Amino acid sequence: MREISVREIEERIAEACGEIAVRYSPDLIKALQKGRTQETGFRSVTAMDILLQNAETAASQNIPICQDTGLVIVWLKIGSEVHFTDGLPSEAVNRGVARGYTECYLRASSVTDPLYERKNTKDNTPAVIYTEIVEGDQVEIEMMAKGFGSENKSALKMLTPADGEKGVKDFVLETIRNAGPNACPPFVVGVGIGGTFDSCAVNAKRALLRPVSESNSDPRYKKLEDDLLTEANQLGIGPLGFHGRTTALKVQVEYAPTHIAGLPVAVNMCCHVCRHARMVI
Amino acid sequence: MKKLQLPLSEAEREELKAGEPVLLSGIVYTARDAAHKRLFEMLDEGRELPFDLKDAVIYYVGPTPARPGQVIGSAGPTTSSRMDPYVPKMMENGMIGMIGKGRRSEKVKEAVVRHKGFYLVAAGGAGALLSHSIIKREPVAFEDLLSEAVTRITVKDFPCFVGIDCRGDDIYDLKEDDE
Ligand code: SF4
Repeated sequence: MREISVREIEERIAEACGEIAVRYSPDLIKALQKGRTQETGFRSVTAMDILLQNAETAASQNIPICQDTGLVIVWLKIGSEVHFTDGLPSEAVNRGVARGYTECYLRASSVTDPLYERKNTKDNTPAVIYTEIVEGDQVEIEMMAKGFGSENKSALKMLTPADGEKGVKDFVLETIRNAGPNACPPFVVGVGIGGTFDSCAVNAKRALLRPVSESNSDPRYKKLEDDLLTEANQLGIGPLGFHGRTTALKVQVEYAPTHIAGLPVAVNMCCHVCRHARMVI
Repeated sequence: MKKLQLPLSEAEREELKAGEPVLLSGIVYTARDAAHKRLFEMLDEGRELPFDLKDAVIYYVGPTPARPGQVIGSAGPTTSSRMDPYVPKMMENGMIGMIGKGRRSEKVKEAVVRHKGFYLVAAGGAGALLSHSIIKREPVAFEDLLSEAVTRITVKDFPCFVGIDCRGDDIYDLKEDDE
């Protein structure tokens, strides 16, 4: 047994909230720079220049890249040999989020009840938390701060096995087309295929955690990712929706076993501000 | 780049062309979802608004909190279409321009044409950079809404693009190389 104080989870989450709000990961910066070289139109070039300049300003002056600093989603992989002290990990996550968003001057974007009261919780809690028990004596934390301009353009469809690869592709591209300029292109597109109605959506979100420099390890799914990226970039939406070549920076697919009768597909749209972090305690 | 000083005369508004980049200076009000809901209810009930809508320009933004010494935190545009249902009535009551991101409905376009107004588009996800062009901020109403409160901001050379002009032309319908 290894004793871990949940305060450590709180600390790490609080720190990461501030960090991912102001700094793109290096793989995303590279993808944006590459996108910039592929643009030729006046507006699309200007758009990419603005985004790169904004990235620089945000990081050097510690100002959030985007004012929508997102809702926080946390995945905890807890080693079975870990014994937590000082309380519950989920409470620590929420304390970390509250501290990170308050201390780092990030926007509180969470409301209590979605339909009637819609009262701001003032500290961006609660986070959406997934936990999993794994082997070992470590705790792995993955987190994401998801903006809603793009979240609102996400979609899920229960396809049937007969729809096959074409059905999946058509649905993904239709979702990207429908997101258009509103969801802040260039996008990172998370796709979950298989599982159930709920788990394929979680897989679509998980797919966004992968660096854009990495593809699915299964060559068939890597090809699907590459094909979808090429086709997405032929839609012509372009950076900020000003037309051009860089509609998406990467399409990330995660798949899971499913029922003999089903082929669920979820598309989680993410803007260029695809903020996530991974930490191990 | 073309510089615009608010308020714009009718002649200046007629000269705006969808797709052209502009640097905007002057007084702008911030309001987004929750503030619009309240403003609209006040209009419906015939109550006086907390600021004069006549010739007002509204920026759809909910900034991050300012650090000590900052005027405002990160302050890029939010998706404008969520405010579409409010626009015709707001324009009837004097609002002349909007700043946001993304496509608008046909009804918004018609209202812009009818009132010879304008819709400007700012870069979505560039709130750090855009915050540098906001030089003053004063509270106006609904402070309980936190980032969604209505505030009066002074912008200086705020970079944006003409999204919809008074002829109803739309930046998102232009081709890549249309100048
Ligand atoms: S969609 Fe992304 S870039 Fe656009 S406003 Fe939301 S968080 Fe910011």
